[in-house]
Amino acid sequence: MNFIAILKVAMRALGRNKMRSALTMLGIIIGVGAVIAMVSIGQGAQRMVQDQISSMGSNMLYVMPGNMMQGGASMGMGAASTLTDEDVQAIQREIPAVAHVSPVVRSSGQLVFGNQNWFVQIQGTNEQFPQIRSWKVQEGEFFTDADVQSAARVIVLGKTVAERLFPGMDPVGQTIRVRNLPFRVTGILEAKGQSMVGQDQDDTAVIPYTTVQRKLAGRTIPAINQAMVTGVSEAGSKLAEKQIADLLRQRHKIGPGESDDFMVRNMADVAATSAQLTTIMTLLLGSIAAISLIVGGIGIMNIMLVSVTERTREIGIRMAVGARPNYIRLQFLTESVLLSLMGGLIGIMIGGSISLGISGFLGWPTLVSGLSVFVSFAFATAIGVFFGYYPAHKAAALDPIEALRYE
Amino acid sequence: MLETPAPSSTVQQAPKADAVIRLERIHKIYKMGDIEVHALHGASLSVYRGEFVAIMGPSGSGKSTMMNMIGCLDRPTKGHYFLENQDVSQYNKAQLADIRNQRVGFVFQSFNLVPRTSAIENVELPLVYAGVGSSERLKRAREALAIVGLSDRERSMPNQLSGGQQQRVAIARALVNRPSIILADEPTGALDTRTSIEVMGIFQRLNRERNLTIIIVTHEPDIAQYASRIVHFRDGRIRRDTPVENRRDAGEALKELPPLGADEDDDE
Repeated sequence: MNFIAILKVAMRALGRNKMRSALTMLGIIIGVGAVIAMVSIGQGAQRMVQDQISSMGSNMLYVMPGNMMQGGASMGMGAASTLTDEDVQAIQREIPAVAHVSPVVRSSGQLVFGNQNWFVQIQGTNEQFPQIRSWKVQEGEFFTDADVQSAARVIVLGKTVAERLFPGMDPVGQTIRVRNLPFRVTGILEAKGQSMVGQDQDDTAVIPYTTVQRKLAGRTIPAINQAMVTGVSEAGSKLAEKQIADLLRQRHKIGPGESDDFMVRNMADVAATSAQLTTIMTLLLGSIAAISLIVGGIGIMNIMLVSVTERTREIGIRMAVGARPNYIRLQFLTESVLLSLMGGLIGIMIGGSISLGISGFLGWPTLVSGLSVFVSFAFATAIGVFFGYYPAHKAAALDPIEALRYE
Repeated sequence: MLETPAPSSTVQQAPKADAVIRLERIHKIYKMGDIEVHALHGASLSVYRGEFVAIMGPSGSGKSTMMNMIGCLDRPTKGHYFLENQDVSQYNKAQLADIRNQRVGFVFQSFNLVPRTSAIENVELPLVYAGVGSSERLKRAREALAIVGLSDRERSMPNQLSGGQQQRVAIARALVNRPSIILADEPTGALDTRTSIEVMGIFQRLNRERNLTIIIVTHEPDIAQYASRIVHFRDGRIRRDTPVENRRDAGEALKELPPLGADEDDDE
């Protein structure tokens, strides 16, 4: 068969009714455009969530002290002071699946340098903080184990804090006052951006947890708020989750059947939940768009049926001079696929522009993936074949005698 | 040119090798709802190479059904059809399409050119389905247009051509694949007298110069007189099959016509 001849006839047939072809294509254009735009928005959201989770540190576990009952009233998880320094050290010492551990003691305070001041949430941790949170020090360096042992008055500033206190100057080596105590700035953390809940993660300051306990606190030494743990690997952190629970139950002398006085939370679970959510969103958006693509396909079928009826006599002529039924079928199929293919191409361009526009004007992250382009293109073609087949088959099944008589 | 006084194929054994068409006891029954229409009642017909046959008969006589059968547009319910000694009576649709493409050239009353498609492309059409390459197609289509005297109109669209010119394009299309037979169904039915004679002249010339076998269906006894043999149908059977005694010559008939003083294609 001569495909160039088929293509030529198809182009001419579509060109003859430009308005009709354009309107038919519009259905596919809208469908494909919507799929591309929706999926790219969904995938952008997915990417954003993943970035944020990995910015918190992957393979990460939080160990929190448990519920405390005070006169019959539950004080909520984390209220108890059941997690001790020794617990944290035991986790480090006894569980090989654990890569890094740090206690966290939280505080807050006014930071003052010269005539600048800034109120900040202070995290007391040990020297393993950068590894655990996978958070690099941009300038200077992080405090050391020796600083932790000696409860040294050293501080590492988040990017936002550094910019507030030291506009236009290098903070490393400077001395600032925290609750009126002098602290030496040893380093600046690199910028990390917003957290999943929209909090500025760079608006923070990190000091040795011992310093929080012994220098910043009042009369009572504050308990450990939580422990941050990272596993040696993703599988390691799963294993560690279990082993930490066992270890702490043993250390806290919790008998079988009694409930834990602590809680271990795996960030991978949180990540999985959010990933699932965004996947559902992508699927939802994508399927709504896919429905419009199917509606577009029905439009193609409709117009091809009209075209077959209009050209019945022509089909009869072609059959009389020797066109096989298969050739007629291919002829009409080519026309419908051409419609859907051109619609698909324009749709991809429009969908791509829409998602670029959204990320440009609204600041949403979007991601036009090669896969979504390929899939929607393939889908558009498949729609052309699927919805074009019935009309093409109808044309091919015509009886040449009847077709020639058709007025 | 062979004349066949008796249609029975058993009698005509001797020239059988040259029988382009041999239809043996063809029956065609259409079912229209509960009613069965017996369009052909065991009609037998042989046509030999180089014959010019006119098929006549009232409407409903089965002549159109017979034409469809000969043109491989339809299959007999019963009986056999040998086209160049090949039994095509039970061919499937695709095989029949190939036979139509290679062996049969059609000319219709209403010309049946593909609309909005130039004359040359209309003529090329059978070659497209034959899988002939584009340069060869163009060459052969030009030759065919030259035969019918329309070399200067190859880029014209059907609606830019007069009826006579359209019918000549259709004849060129019928010729282009060098078929065994040309079938013309009322080829002059939509044309005026002068143009009708001109078209018949083309058929006579093709028949004489190229030894082409031509079969036409016509209502008009005048037109049938240009053929060499007339077959009459009635009630699904062949009633009369006679050679033409005083065959008319289109060239002379044209000379006898009063001069129009206008373009000879002015028939619209």
